[in-house]
Amino acid sequence: MSEFFLENQSIIYIVILSILLGIEVISNVPAILHTPLMSGANAIHGVVIIGAIIVMGHARSDDYLALTLGFLAVLLGTLNVVGGFVVTNRMLEMFKKKKG
Amino acid sequence: MSKFLLELSYLIGSITFIVGLKMLSSPDSARKGNLVAAAGMLIAIVATIFFHEKDGQPIGNIPWILAAIAIGTVIGWFMAMKVKMTAMPQMVSFFNGMGGACAAIISIVEFNAHPEGSAGYLLTVFLGLAIGSVSFSGSMIAFGKLDEKIKDIGASYLTYLNLALLALIFIVLGVAVFSAATFGHSVVWILLALSLLYGVLFVMPIGGADMPVVISLLNSFTGMAAAFGGFLYNNQVMLTGGILVGSAGTILTILMCKAMNRSLLNVIVGSFGGGGGASAKGAAGDQVAKEISLTDAAITCAYAGKVAIVPGYGLAVAQAQHICHELEKKLEEKGVEVYYAIHPVAGRMPGHMNVLLAEADVPYPKLVEMEDANPQMTSTDVVIVVGANDVVNPAAENDPGSPIYGMPVLKVWDAKSTIVLKRSMRAGYAGIENELFFLPKTKMLFGDAKDTLQKLVGELKDL
Repeated sequence: MSEFFLENQSIIYIVILSILLGIEVISNVPAILHTPLMSGANAIHGVVIIGAIIVMGHARSDDYLALTLGFLAVLLGTLNVVGGFVVTNRMLEMFKKKKG
Repeated sequence: MSKFLLELSYLIGSITFIVGLKMLSSPDSARKGNLVAAAGMLIAIVATIFFHEKDGQPIGNIPWILAAIAIGTVIGWFMAMKVKMTAMPQMVSFFNGMGGACAAIISIVEFNAHPEGSAGYLLTVFLGLAIGSVSFSGSMIAFGKLDEKIKDIGASYLTYLNLALLALIFIVLGVAVFSAATFGHSVVWILLALSLLYGVLFVMPIGGADMPVVISLLNSFTGMAAAFGGFLYNNQVMLTGGILVGSAGTILTILMCKAMNRSLLNVIVGSFGGGGGASAKGAAGDQVAKEISLTDAAITCAYAGKVAIVPGYGLAVAQAQHICHELEKKLEEKGVEVYYAIHPVAGRMPGHMNVLLAEADVPYPKLVEMEDANPQMTSTDVVIVVGANDVVNPAAENDPGSPIYGMPVLKVWDAKSTIVLKRSMRAGYAGIENELFFLPKTKMLFGDAKDTLQKLVGELKDL
């Protein structure tokens, strides 16, 4: 237990601080922005695409299952990222227009 | 050097996610916040392709990776630009599912390449797989439900089946981690199948009215799945990004449940809106709702001092937000004070109505949230309910047998009179009767919301 803690100390710090940060950032959001915020957060977890790139990038060239799945993972991850940010931007565009 | 550039890019990425999310929570900076996060994401992706190394090996298969990104970008961009504002919640759910699927696939490929490892490694891989798969299949069901392609199936045995299935997933996961030889390599497919099935059965019985909560919950699931990817590769940007969304999404989910005065457990287990027939009192047959003519409705509004508009999903479906704004302007020309009373979960997502009305250029100050709108109701002369139902149902306050009992609602019955624009007498999305329609102060105006509002504006012009 103590060994695990000491070995992974920095990770544990990152996890706990990120959790608190996430809570802090969301806590004072007006209800108007709930949908765009959910959509924006949705785009941010598209960061999983980096894992897909790593998997694809280190797949052996004769491992067709890994290559196919890796290709699919990168494609789906990109959908999440691009679609997520574009949809969020479209929602927020409408908020902005009105102020002028 | 490349290691340094990679880690630096990840640091920048992590910071942009935090700053972006923070900026997203204020109306003035929201749009910039989204772009900041997107820029950080781009930096992290490019850095990974060029600088990532594993055991001294740089990223290979780059043409294929770039091709996948190109295809994904074109499809994602196209879908996001084409989608109608009304279909936004489905779209978010769909993209969320894609992220979940991506996380699940990473675990599958990783496990197939390295089936042996420490318990911590296996736990990370399997949890990423399970959570990612649940998020994928659950999001797809939510997408189908919101798109009205999939109907609710409410059955109480599903609750028990789900609990049993969840327990089974944990057992398989536990055995696979601590006694890896039991299942061999096929465990990854067993887990995948169980998790996909659980995602489907988990969302299936949850009623449409609760879909916003489900999407938000699945959103935080995908965040967690991404974080497990971060553990797997010791990758800081995946870790911070994933956890940030995981925790923020969970809080957002809880905030939404609070807005409906229910616990998260109640939403998940409570098979809301599926059955419900037993407690729905006041069948439409023995009560008569009063209709009002267009001209009468127009006159009532034009000579009122204060009018409240309560938008609901019907407004979104009919794409009536522009004409609604028109009506509001016409009434103001006649000296009527107009405001919009917005229920936090009106529509299919929190803030759905705000987004729609913003599209029609309705100014911010006119959008009044429920807590501020309810005290104003007694001084309001006419409430125009446009395609809202469950959020203005008095049963939430006075019928303990109703499935929505305890949910805060807009107390439109406190106003001097209410005009309800509705397509038919059908029950709302939660599948329950609304006593409001039969109150003496309530008048019904049947028809498509857009059509009716257009005619109402026409009548006002002639006055």
